[in-house]
Amino acid sequence: MADTNRAVEKLQGKFAASILEVKEDRGDWIVTVKKEEIIAVLAFLKTECAFSMLTDVTAIDYLGKFEERFMMVYQLTSVAHKDRIRIKAPVSESDCRIESATQAFASANWLEREVFDLFGITFDKHPDLRRILMTPDWVGHPLRKDYPLQGPDREPYKGRLS
Amino acid sequence: MANEIMTINMGPQHPSTHGVLRMLIELDGETILKIDPDIGYLHRGVEKLSEYRTYHQTLPLTDRLDYLAPMSNNLGYILAVEKLLGIDVPERAQTVRIIMAELTRLQSHLVWLACHALDIGAMTVFIYAFRERETIMEIYELISGARMTSNFFRAGGLSQDVPAEFEKKVRDFMAVMPGYLDTYEGLLTNNPIWRKRTIGNGVISAEDATDIGITGPALRGSGVDFDLRRDIPYAGYETYQFQVPTGENCDTYDRYKVRLVEMREACKIVNQALERLKPGPVLADAPQVCYPPKDSVYNSIEGLIHHFKIASEGYPVPEGEVYMGIEAPKGELGYYIVSDGSSKPYRMRVRPPSFVNLQAIEKMSKGSMIADLVAVIGTLDIVLGEIDR
Repeated sequence: MADTNRAVEKLQGKFAASILEVKEDRGDWIVTVKKEEIIAVLAFLKTECAFSMLTDVTAIDYLGKFEERFMMVYQLTSVAHKDRIRIKAPVSESDCRIESATQAFASANWLEREVFDLFGITFDKHPDLRRILMTPDWVGHPLRKDYPLQGPDREPYKGRLS
Repeated sequence: MANEIMTINMGPQHPSTHGVLRMLIELDGETILKIDPDIGYLHRGVEKLSEYRTYHQTLPLTDRLDYLAPMSNNLGYILAVEKLLGIDVPERAQTVRIIMAELTRLQSHLVWLACHALDIGAMTVFIYAFRERETIMEIYELISGARMTSNFFRAGGLSQDVPAEFEKKVRDFMAVMPGYLDTYEGLLTNNPIWRKRTIGNGVISAEDATDIGITGPALRGSGVDFDLRRDIPYAGYETYQFQVPTGENCDTYDRYKVRLVEMREACKIVNQALERLKPGPVLADAPQVCYPPKDSVYNSIEGLIHHFKIASEGYPVPEGEVYMGIEAPKGELGYYIVSDGSSKPYRMRVRPPSFVNLQAIEKMSKGSMIADLVAVIGTLDIVLGEIDR
C-alpha cells in the first residue's frame, strides 16, 4: 500500500491541476482526474510509477445521480511493487468520448471495445472500435441504466414474481 | 493462384475452439496473416442482470461464468461483497474455501490438460484427466449438491458445513493425485510429438504479455513472477507455503510445465489446509447478512422472519466501491462492485481472465501455421462462458 501512496503523491505533484478527487475506500486508492488528462496520467503511471499492467477498463452509468453521466474506471496493477491503483475520469453524455488508453496499454483494446459496445462511449484514436459482445447491427447500449433489462420493445421487468 | 490470400472461418462449432469461439483467419497458404476473433455468442448479460438482483441472488450467476471453475468464481464475488461489508470469516470456513479453491484449480487445469492434449492429438491423457476430474466433481456434489453450479460460498462463510466424509474423500484423492500427475508427465513431457508441437509455439515475451494484460499461468509461462495468491494475498493465502513456477522460453511447452507444477503446488496447499481443518462455525456472527441456521428457521418464528427478510429484501451493503482480484485457475478474475447503499449492486463488473488473455491470440500465432493455432487456443486456456458473460 505504501507504494501506491507514493504513486498518489507523485500524481498530486505532477497533475495537481487535473486531479478532481483522491480517496481511499477500504484499502483501495482511487484518483479521479479530468478526462482530457487521462492518457498523460496513465502513461505517467506506467513509466514513472511501475504500474506496468492495465488490468481492467470499465465504466459506470450514474444516470440522474451526477451531472456527468458516465465514469470511466481504469484498474492498474504494478507487477514490480505488487500494488494496485484505480483511476477514474468523468465523461458527460453530451460529449460522450474520451481518448483511447490503447496509446499507453495494449490491453485496453478489447476492454474499450466492450465499453463502447455496452455503454456507447466513443474512444478517440482507438485502432479498431467495433462492437464486441453484441452483434454489429445491434441498436442501443445494454449496460446503460435507461436500457430495459428485458431489451427494447418488451414489457418492462417488474421484479421476480416468486 | 500463387499469392492469393484466403479467408477462412473457424468456429463457432469447431471442436478445438473450446466452446463458441469464432475466428476469421486470413491465410497465405498455411501461414496465418491475420486473426479476428468474433465473440459474444454466449453473452447472457450477467453484469446487467446483477443490477436487478440482490447480492445473494447474484451469487448463482457467478457459477456460470467460468463453468470449469465455479467455486473460484464464487470466491471472488463473495470476497468482494465481504470487502464491501467489512465482515470476517470463521477459520473453518476460510480453510474449506482454500481447499475448494485449490481443488477447483486442479479441476480446471485437468480439463485444460485433457483438451489441450486432445487438440494436439494425444487422446490418452484426455481419458485419464477426465477420470480424476470426476473425483473432484464428486467432492463438489458431496458438499454442495451440484457437480458444476456449486453456489456454495456465502457472504460470511459457507452455505452449510461440509459433511463428515469430506475430509477423508479429499485426503484419499490427495494421496493418489501426485501419482496421476507423474502419469501425465510420463505421457507428455518427453514425448517427441508433444515437444515438436509445443516447443517454440505461441511465443510471447514477458513485456508484451504484461502490456496485453495476460495474467495467470500464461503470464508466468512468459517468465513474469506474479501470483496474486502470494503477491496481493486474499482469503488467508499468506499463511500457506507454496512455490510459484515460472517459464523461460515463453512458449506453449513452458506454459504446460508451469501449469503442471501449479497442480502439484495446489495439492500441497490442500494438504496444508487439511491439517488445519478443525471443527467450528462456518458462518460469521453477522445476523444482518447471514441466513439463520435451518433448525431455527423451522422451529422458531424469529428464525423464520429472519430468513424471510434476508430472502425477500436482501441485506443492505454500505456505500462504496471495491475491486477484488483473485488468482483464478485461468488468471486474474476481478470483481469490481459499486454499491449505492441498497441491497442490489449498483454496478457489478466482472474482469474475466480469458477475455483479456484471448486478446493475445493474434500476437502469439501470427506467422505460424494454421495447425499451430489449435495449440495456441489450448495453451491460453479460454472458457467462453466467462469471455462472453
